[in-house]
Amino acid sequence: MLNYIKLLLLGLVFLFAALGANWGRDLAYQVHAILIMAVSAAMFIWVLRNTDEPAVAVDRTGYMDGVVRAGVIATGFWGVVGFLVGVVIAAQLAFPVLNIEWAQPFANFGRLRPLHTSAVIFAFGGNALIMSSFYIVQRTCGARLWGGNLAWFVFWGYQLFIVLAATGYLLGATQSKEYAEPEWYVDIWLTIVWVAFLAVYLGTIFMRREKHIYVANWFLLSFIVTVAMLHIVNNISIPVSIWGSKSVQIFAGVQDAMTQWWYGHNAVGFFLTAGFLGMMYYFVPKQAGRPVFSYKLSIIHFWALIFLYIWAGPHHLHYTALPDWASTLGMVFSIILWMPSWGGMINGLMTLQGAWDKLRTDPIIRMMVVSLAFYGMSTFEGPMMSIRAVNSLSHYTDWTIGHVHSGALGWNGMITFGALYFLTPKLWGRAQMYSMSAINWHFWLATIGIVLYAASMWVTGIMEGLMWREVDAQGFLVNSFADTVSAKFPMYVVRTLGGVLFLSGALIMVWNMWMTIRGGSKVTAPVGVPAE
Amino acid sequence: METYSFLRQLADSWVLLALTVFFLGTVVWAIRPGSRETHNDTASIPFRNDTLPCDKGCPDCVCEAAHDFIPEART
Repeated sequence: MLNYIKLLLLGLVFLFAALGANWGRDLAYQVHAILIMAVSAAMFIWVLRNTDEPAVAVDRTGYMDGVVRAGVIATGFWGVVGFLVGVVIAAQLAFPVLNIEWAQPFANFGRLRPLHTSAVIFAFGGNALIMSSFYIVQRTCGARLWGGNLAWFVFWGYQLFIVLAATGYLLGATQSKEYAEPEWYVDIWLTIVWVAFLAVYLGTIFMRREKHIYVANWFLLSFIVTVAMLHIVNNISIPVSIWGSKSVQIFAGVQDAMTQWWYGHNAVGFFLTAGFLGMMYYFVPKQAGRPVFSYKLSIIHFWALIFLYIWAGPHHLHYTALPDWASTLGMVFSIILWMPSWGGMINGLMTLQGAWDKLRTDPIIRMMVVSLAFYGMSTFEGPMMSIRAVNSLSHYTDWTIGHVHSGALGWNGMITFGALYFLTPKLWGRAQMYSMSAINWHFWLATIGIVLYAASMWVTGIMEGLMWREVDAQGFLVNSFADTVSAKFPMYVVRTLGGVLFLSGALIMVWNMWMTIRGGSKVTAPVGVPAE
Repeated sequence: METYSFLRQLADSWVLLALTVFFLGTVVWAIRPGSRETHNDTASIPFRNDTLPCDKGCPDCVCEAAHDFIPEART
């Protein structure tokens, strides 16, 4: 019976998408309608073929790891895509001729840049967070994922969101909010997927066999709940037509700017920090084979982080129409935030106390330690840059880009690589990764790549800031904007080189994952050393 | 009173106080005497449940199918 309802609904979706493909007001909407038509048609056939067939018994005795496996593959795939687009746009900035004439306007820097940010943050980072939260919540609760195939809906629904968002940017559909570019119908779809994600996660926690909720789950839950809240508030908009992708924001002027950066900074705080800290609090103790250094500190870390982060957004709006009290508030909270951030870093690093020798022998733990070091570095740099006087030099320059990348490549990238190297052998029943020396290569390529990236962006950012404010004896500006652009050329080439190194490391990782999954003898992986 | 002024005054008085007290409460709760044992137990959760525990009643039994997708890996 349920299948007949599904068939009816899929038919209606197909009809609506077909109308949209015909009546769509813009190219992005029409392409998306055709995409939805194809997806719903494929699902219709799939459901139809399974209707009135004898039900296949599903083995519910173990953890639900199929969806985690799919997430591991998706994370590797989107990582390479996102890093590749990053290298392309870095090269476009150094050599503008790479904005190839015949591919305009689709392969323009302006359209590829949001594709890069969304691909690395939401596709690579998002898949890493979803798959590791599904893995972690089952192990720390001693319970199978709640909701049956709902977890698969979350996975495929999220991939559809990524494809809709990415193709939309290329075809020119954007509401031009940083990190929130997708238009209204993509936002609504993400909201549905996200609520399902929350339901699966909370359901599993409610079914847990352990008395207490492990700290990683607190971080991951705050990530899910806060991202839902941020996403809904920042995307309140009215579509111009149901047959078009354009929409108009409810907020205007400085209110819109403040809402956007309340969203934008907390996307960093709760997506890229709290979520990844949840991963850190599970994978670092697991890989080190010993419990977290101080559980008390982890509780204080959690509450301090979420109490402070939510206020830090206004530091993106120094010297704007935003009232001074608001930007001062943001600045003060950003500086206080340094403390819990470093508390968390120390907690992660000190977990290795008594096992520091593993740094020499275990390339995976080395990756995790470097990621914590970059976490510490960028959570020091961030508060410093939020100070109004420093911001007057750094804002609008490449220093900001360097800061974002030392956090994203160093902290988020490295901890995700560590998690992938931890999970791949376990999930596919292998003793270890196919090649340990390939992990070493990846480690060094990625680390040197980040150093080249961050160092070149510091130099070019500070140079640019100083050139913009340089005045002569009569008080005239010395440099035109184009002077700074040509002065930055060597640093842009170095930055591209750094990106190439980081990308090659990721390609080595994907090859290593491929070989681990395909080859080798199928044995049950050793499941960690018990705590001493 | 205007909505804005009212909310503004509420935010920087009672709500600020409530949030601060709640935050300090979590710190006190974390370091309360006698919490060490609970925290040690909770901190060691990642080292349990590597395979899904089942409710068959025997003390040490584990459910198989940690690698249910690879038939030959079953033991």
